Amino acid sequence: MTENRRAGIVVAGIGNRLGRDDGAGPAACDALRGLLAAEIAAGRVEVCEEWGEGARLITLMEGRETVIFIDAASSGAEPGHVQVFDAGQQEIPAGLLCYSTHRFGVAEAVEVARNLGMMPGRVVLYAIEGADFGTGEGLSAPVAQAVAELCGQISAGFVTESQD
Amino acid sequence: MNDAAVNAGDKTSNRIIKVDALARVEGEGALYLKVRENNIEDLKFTIYEPPRFFEALLEGRAYKDAPDITARICGICPMAYIMGASQAMEQALGVKVGGQLRNLRRLAYCGEWIESHVLHAFLLHAPDFMGYEDSIQLSKDHPELVRNALDLKKTGNEIIEVLGGRAIHPINLKVGGFHALPKLSRVKALREALKRGLDTSLEMTRAVGGFDFPDYEHDYLCVSLHHPDEYAITEGNIVTNRGLSIPVAEFEEHFDEEHVEHSNALHGVMKGESQPYLTGPIARYNNNFGQLSLLCHEIAKQAKLPRVVKNPFQSILVRLVETVYAFEEALRLVDIYEPPAACDVALTPRAGRGAGCTEAPRGICYHRYDLDAAGDILAARIVPPTSQNQKQIEQDLHGVASKNLALDDEKLKYLCEQSIRNYDPCISCATHFLKLTVDRD
Repeated sequence: MTENRRAGIVVAGIGNRLGRDDGAGPAACDALRGLLAAEIAAGRVEVCEEWGEGARLITLMEGRETVIFIDAASSGAEPGHVQVFDAGQQEIPAGLLCYSTHRFGVAEAVEVARNLGMMPGRVVLYAIEGADFGTGEGLSAPVAQAVAELCGQISAGFVTESQD
Repeated sequence: MNDAAVNAGDKTSNRIIKVDALARVEGEGALYLKVRENNIEDLKFTIYEPPRFFEALLEGRAYKDAPDITARICGICPMAYIMGASQAMEQALGVKVGGQLRNLRRLAYCGEWIESHVLHAFLLHAPDFMGYEDSIQLSKDHPELVRNALDLKKTGNEIIEVLGGRAIHPINLKVGGFHALPKLSRVKALREALKRGLDTSLEMTRAVGGFDFPDYEHDYLCVSLHHPDEYAITEGNIVTNRGLSIPVAEFEEHFDEEHVEHSNALHGVMKGESQPYLTGPIARYNNNFGQLSLLCHEIAKQAKLPRVVKNPFQSILVRLVETVYAFEEALRLVDIYEPPAACDVALTPRAGRGAGCTEAPRGICYHRYDLDAAGDILAARIVPPTSQNQKQIEQDLHGVASKNLALDDEKLKYLCEQSIRNYDPCISCATHFLKLTVDRD
């Protein structure tokens, strides 16, 4: 990824494929790379897998029009429940997301970017409630279903925007 | 996010202080402190993150798989694992990587030092000294400081991307060298950002030199690499400030690890020594000051950093002097870079044993592998820096807490956490780590 080739829209799937439902973000990347192939090929959208290191996420947001984060959450809600946060309108609760290396993760990255005046025009976080954060590959059934439905909705939104 | 349980009671005599999950450190650890009659009765620095069994995972795999597998131990310091594993394999196979390939490895490592040191110094550790809860609060009042830190870190990541293919878990380095040489134009294009980064890092080191460091000193047993011709990063003998100097292959004859019940990470010990040892920035600085550049000597003097550092809270300042060095060294390596004839050296599998050790941002990271005739791994041993520092962290906590028992529980707890952050501990790496509990009951 270099500065002069940055797409205006970036979708970042955050997590660890080897941490069961913590792999919801990376799984969403897999699905969206197929669903948004045309937009990616045209350089309008970038889909990237991130592990949640906040400083890197600030750099990722810099100069973008729209940033969409997809991450697993542990808030006590029903597994597979998707919470949507419009970071332009509200703070992201720091304790919501499951893991952030050095405790500087997505929520911290967004708030620091806000303080530094580096927020893109639109930042949306989809937080998918996980059921199993144990060791190993594979999502639990409700999370896998939530990822599929969310990716369908996100890609439909892009298609609609493209047609507009 | 801390889950601190602080028991009410006489703040100077009997109390328990607990931190169930340490903030601004990598991984999962805790601290328990029990005080009775103004004496510390029990102190445990606990790593409860589960072990990951990387050494067992390596057994039966080909020698060439080790760098890529071990790189997954850490997202912050993958170079330490890639290069330690590579060097160990190269020793076992009887080859040496030199010239511009060695220079490229050192350049990549400078990138790792920059991104790791800057992340820790400004986004995780500086809030302790500037009176902020975290970097979000810090960025509200000091946006330029945080913006500059992000720029420096970005340059470190850029070096790793150019040489390693990507910033996290780079994929272009291997046993024997590189899969492909980086484009000459991309290496040379790093120059402008490095020059700007050098100036910014000097300015930020001066600023940190003005911090108020808590009053605590200890005469550390410092363990680091030492190289006769350069500030040791990627190779050298293992040395102490008490006169030991050994080849890396003799590490296990002088150093060991021991299991303690309260930690999932083994505690590093030096055989025949009754005291713990310190590895990392302060150990490197104390052992290798002479190999730092004149510019680093000058900025250390301006920042009021002594020739021998005994105050662990000054580790943030040492990290910044090393950041200055990494920018200078990266600039030098970029300037002298010419593509070598080949991207790697030829390797022929054979039975043997090899050891490798490099200076990860947090300290020495040791690897040893035994190979069979086909070059498959029979046995592996990896000793990461945080596990080596655990015993010393506990001793620092004991010393700092003993001196500050008059503080109320919240202040004492915060100071203890700050003491742990002095080490920029990488708990995930060490498991094979923080919750604080102070018990004054």
